[in-house]
Amino acid sequence: MADDKDVLRDVWFGRIPTCFTLYQDEVTEREAEPFYLLLPRVSYLTLVTDKVKKHFLRIMKQEDVEEMWFEYEGLPLKWHYPIGVLFDLHASNTALPWSVTVHFKTFPERDLLHCPTNSVIEAHFMSGIKEADALKHKGQVINDMQKKDHKQLWMGLQNDKFDQFWAMNRKLMEYPTEEGGFRYIPFRIYQAMSDRPFIQRLFRPVSADGVAHTLGDLLKEMCPSAIPQDDEPKRYQVVIHGIEPMLETPIQWLSEHLSHPDNFLHISIIPAPSD
Amino acid sequence: MTKLHSSNAGTFAKMSDNADSPTESQKDDPPTQQPPTEDSGLVDEKKKIDVLLKAVGDTPIMKTKKWTVERGRTVHSLSQFISRFLKLEPSEQLFIYVNQSFAPSPDQEVGVLFESFGSDGKLVLHYCKSQAWG
Repeated sequence: MADDKDVLRDVWFGRIPTCFTLYQDEVTEREAEPFYLLLPRVSYLTLVTDKVKKHFLRIMKQEDVEEMWFEYEGLPLKWHYPIGVLFDLHASNTALPWSVTVHFKTFPERDLLHCPTNSVIEAHFMSGIKEADALKHKGQVINDMQKKDHKQLWMGLQNDKFDQFWAMNRKLMEYPTEEGGFRYIPFRIYQAMSDRPFIQRLFRPVSADGVAHTLGDLLKEMCPSAIPQDDEPKRYQVVIHGIEPMLETPIQWLSEHLSHPDNFLHISIIPAPSD
Repeated sequence: MTKLHSSNAGTFAKMSDNADSPTESQKDDPPTQQPPTEDSGLVDEKKKIDVLLKAVGDTPIMKTKKWTVERGRTVHSLSQFISRFLKLEPSEQLFIYVNQSFAPSPDQEVGVLFESFGSDGKLVLHYCKSQAWG
């Protein structure tokens, strides 16, 4: 059971100050002013940027506008990853605000999924929750919920309603006490230095002899190079929601408290700053 | 004439990108004539997984249901393959489901899904022309 409410709130209300600038080659009728916004870490880019779109459309002709997409330093930003993951992975240790470029042309088909409506985000989000629950409870908790309960999870995220979301999400965080955790931990490990997609495999929260697995145990098995060696300087940072949790932290606790609303623990591995 | 190997009972057919026409131009990895599963080397085996494709509802079934698929192949690419194999209209959508419950993201690799949701050495995927599960 998740009972550490302060942590849940801190995670939910995490924000990234962001400056949206129109791509230089877009055709406008007047000069495009940048647009500033506090982005919720746990949400999705295309879900929280209606204002950005409106801001730039005011100075553009309709025929110059196709699907909006975002880029950071030449890298198309995947809207279907949580915003906090995109920032941690690509822009940690850089100056704020996060400087994101807005495009309305030449959609990068190979890199990004289309997102014509919010129902696409909803379907993606709910799929994530179902996949996570398949790992945690063989899907039994999410399948026992009604359609309106699923809607409550989505509406909670869409409207940034912490209480609405968590009133339902806490059910997804339950587990039999005697088992000491979920069946498997839903996690995804992203590596900034790699073109490979995230790492996702089966990992139990408790070892066969009943010892709680830690973040360090998970990394040792999935991505050993991320763990610092005693005799050399730290090469990588292991970041969740912009912080570096201690490697001794039990993975079950992290899963209950630092998972994104899609119920996955998203872990970013990035190069340590050299200074 | 097709480059797809239809499978004997118990073996898995090789999946190439050109289900309906061997001369069709290829966007991504070009199909190659491949030896049957049994002759493949160990390294080759590890790069591939077995996938069992099942139709849902009124979606047409595929004569060959078992396929060996590159681990790195995405759900999107697999879905394109099935659409071509079934000769669906470009306007027709195809949904793919794991565990009869969730639709993986189109950029997910089947190898990753296999790691978490494979059983008895294969990954079972359901496909459907309409949304079958929420």
